[in-house]
Amino acid sequence: MAQRLRVRYAKRGRLRFTSHRDISRAVERAVRRADIPVAFSAGFSPHPRISYAGAAPTGVASEAEYLEIAVTRPCRPQELRAALDASLPPGLDVLDVVEARAGSLADRLEGSLWEVRLPGADPAAAEGAVKEFMTAGEVAVERLTKKGMRNFDARGAVASLVSLTADQDDHVEGGPNQSCVILRMVVRHETPAVRPDDVLMGLRLVADFAPPSPPSVTRLAQGPLDASTGEPADPLEADRVGGDQ
Amino acid sequence: MSVESLFPRLEALLPKVQKPIQYVGGELNSTVKDWDEATVRWALMYPDAYEVGLPNQGVQILYEILNELPETLAERTYAVWPDLERLMRAEGVPQFTVDAHRPVRAFDVLGLSFSTELGYTNMLTALDLAGIPLSAADRGPDDPIVLAGGHAAFNPEPIADFVDAAVLGDGEQIAIAISEVIREWKAEGEPGGRDGVLLRLAETGGVYVPRFYDVEYLPDGRIKRVVPNRSGVPSRVFKHTVMDLDEWPYPKKPLVPLAETVHERFSVEIFRGCTRGCRFCQAGMITRPVRERSITTIGAMVDNGIRESGFSEVGLLSLSSADHSEIGEVAKGLADRYEGSNVSLSLPSTRVDAFNIDLANEFSRNGRRSGLTFAPEGGSERMRKVINKMVSEEDLIRTVTTAYSQGWRQVKLYFMCGLPTEEDVDVLGIADLARKVIQAGREATGSRDVRCTVSIGGFVPKPHTPFQWAAQADHETVDRRLRELRNTLRNDKQYGKAIGMRYHDGKPSIVEGLLSRGDRRVGKIIRAVWEDGGRFDGWSEHFSYDRWMTCAAKALDGEPVDVDWYTVREREEHEVLPWDHLDAGLDREWLWQDWQDAVNDVEVEDCRWTPCYDCGVCPTMGTEIQIGPTGRKLLPLTVVS
Ligand code: B12
Ligand code: SF4
Repeated sequence: MAQRLRVRYAKRGRLRFTSHRDISRAVERAVRRADIPVAFSAGFSPHPRISYAGAAPTGVASEAEYLEIAVTRPCRPQELRAALDASLPPGLDVLDVVEARAGSLADRLEGSLWEVRLPGADPAAAEGAVKEFMTAGEVAVERLTKKGMRNFDARGAVASLVSLTADQDDHVEGGPNQSCVILRMVVRHETPAVRPDDVLMGLRLVADFAPPSPPSVTRLAQGPLDASTGEPADPLEADRVGGDQ
Repeated sequence: MSVESLFPRLEALLPKVQKPIQYVGGELNSTVKDWDEATVRWALMYPDAYEVGLPNQGVQILYEILNELPETLAERTYAVWPDLERLMRAEGVPQFTVDAHRPVRAFDVLGLSFSTELGYTNMLTALDLAGIPLSAADRGPDDPIVLAGGHAAFNPEPIADFVDAAVLGDGEQIAIAISEVIREWKAEGEPGGRDGVLLRLAETGGVYVPRFYDVEYLPDGRIKRVVPNRSGVPSRVFKHTVMDLDEWPYPKKPLVPLAETVHERFSVEIFRGCTRGCRFCQAGMITRPVRERSITTIGAMVDNGIRESGFSEVGLLSLSSADHSEIGEVAKGLADRYEGSNVSLSLPSTRVDAFNIDLANEFSRNGRRSGLTFAPEGGSERMRKVINKMVSEEDLIRTVTTAYSQGWRQVKLYFMCGLPTEEDVDVLGIADLARKVIQAGREATGSRDVRCTVSIGGFVPKPHTPFQWAAQADHETVDRRLRELRNTLRNDKQYGKAIGMRYHDGKPSIVEGLLSRGDRRVGKIIRAVWEDGGRFDGWSEHFSYDRWMTCAAKALDGEPVDVDWYTVREREEHEVLPWDHLDAGLDREWLWQDWQDAVNDVEVEDCRWTPCYDCGVCPTMGTEIQIGPTGRKLLPLTVVS
């Protein structure tokens, strides 16, 4: 294998409804359309060597998804970025490509920064619920998983959680001139994984806080947690160091 | 008047439904045109779930062709699953297109593609969700023209109350022509309103407007006659045939969905039509004559399709792909071109001969040699004569022996049950054949590691075929024969374990039969079933035979006819059939003669290789057989780096 490339891409707008499988099919086809010399696994039914790290759930938008492609001959990261982006449907947008150096990308993804927009929610109630949640030592929630109902703590993984208020953006139902609460949270990647909807469930449990309309969730970043800012840093930085982009 | 996107309202519902991605559109190569810049706007619907409907070639072709017209735009809509339907009703969100999420009712035309009759109830859901009155007679100036096409539209009588118009045959040219008629009518200020434009369409002789025809019945329930009820409307409506497929190399920009669908490949139709003359096959009868795409066009379409879509699998479609005059060259040329490239080729062919295996070998060069499929269709020699499937037992055994000895381990055989004149022995003949196949396979390979699966479908007599007069077998008979066959195979100590059997029970075929050969009175049943909650009739988990029968009994109460009358009753020669005024080009006398020949075990040849036997199509439609060979070859593609 000649080279491994690490790709940061976004999942935006209506394409946030793609599942992980949908994305991997789309990427495989885009790679073919873009004539990228992807490496194939050996064996009876060879498949392209593309691996995904920490994909956001179906229905959640993201500005920071990562995948790694193995190619059979060296590619210039910027050319690959352009070609892959042009071949993916709009809404799956390639943001950054670097050549992989040492280490595992997945290991660098220690936590995520999430933004949760809650149109029509009451800012004061949100504020109160956040305070309640953050002071609790543990908040047990349950979620239906493939293996049935699971019980776990939603509090421990949450490194930070704040609530802000913004003007309603006018395409969301409920119309303009309505408040929109925005939650920003940094959640550490632990097992079992705690997702923003688990935190929302936690807010409901601790303070009976239930937003009036479905939340819209976006992952803004994921990467190594920076001790000074408390937020995820760029996980591709380590690959960029000393590299000629 | 601009039309707002329904997406924000739909978006709020999507987190609550299964597989929301199917409703968001945004497929690669999809098109969103400016609403206000178009004069004629089409919503195209495949009335089944997105995962089945999206890959449909008919819709993709029309979508692309219509969007190429400067003043026309086309978007797509599919059947929504019951979970979303419930939410849409609760929130008042109407049926939407997936391209720009515009309300279907805002379009000028709602074009439905019916490759099967089982989509009828889904059409009613869509109309109702769209806010379009179910009965064509109740529609006003703000409602689209509801237009049916696809194979089932060759007998649109059961849905005559619900559609404004229907088109028979190839859609490429007629869709453009319809768009033009509507554009002119609009430019002139819509003279005559809705009826005005429908009349213009009907007068062409190429668009059927059911409302312009009255059906009169005899006291015993048979049809007396079908006559136009206004002047200018022709007494017969003709099908459409595209004559030079090389000039219509669509789809050029295949739609590539994000959601998973039933058919994840790029398909090229290598020819249309089939004149093998299988008497049960409606597709073969209504798509005559054979029109091939040339080897060079096929090569160019495959190359373009892979580049445009990124699909790794290519299918060469047609009704009998191995019959293309240059299929050997096509297979070799493509296999050479894509050798070692991870592009795999498939040829859905079921022809029973050694040549077919050569082709399969060529196509499996890049991949696995899993299973081969052959379609003898009838279990006994006599049965195969009746249906005009000219395959002898010897041919079949010779062919499978070759297949097994060349490394294929699994052979699948397609059959039908419930064919005209069929008796128990004909169906049990399937077991004999399967045993002989395994025996031959074991001898040829010296191994016990050979398998055969028999797959059996229920036969449904279809309009415009020689069997249109035939009595459909009742489901008890079909089920009993299949049970006996299954027991025979199960009890076979020597071969039974190597033989698999796949089949369905006979009840759905009765409903399909009712819808296939029904007349306008059947529309009441469809409506009653839909009102009772009937949806997605092509899906066994949603289909309810009992609901259909209960609703039929109620809807036909007081009529001299019932479900049996439509299905298991044999028709006599001069009975007026509901679709007699719709012309597929087939000469009625020829069809009747072919039906008589069937009953007498007389076979008919293929007109590609023997003289024309006057089925009527070519002179009626002004068409002719278009086949190669062209003598050309596929050259290697120059590598673009
Ligand atoms: C690929 C294929 C499939 C695929 C993909 C289906 C899909 N989503 O498209 C799969 C495997 C899923 C499939 C399933 C079935 N199939 Co199938 N399939 C085919 C096949 C091989 C090709 C179809 C095709 O793409 N044709 C090419 C396109 C361009 O033709 P078209 O769709 O008819 O469209 C043209 C015209 O009809 C017209 N038109 C169509 N719609 C409209 C609408 C308007 C408004 C207008 C103006 C014109 C118009 O314009 C188009 C361009 O000329 C055909 C055989 C064949 N070669 O045709 C069988 C065939 C269509 N299938 C058939 C059957 C029976 C089925 C099943 C019911 C099988 C089953 N028992 O489950 C299911 C039904 C699935 C469903 N619920 O819809 C039969 C139909 C029988 C008949 N009435 O003649 C066929 C003809 C095979 C046969 N010989 O029996 N099928
Ligand atoms: S008219 Fe003759 S040549 Fe044409 S399809 Fe019929 S039999 Fe074949």
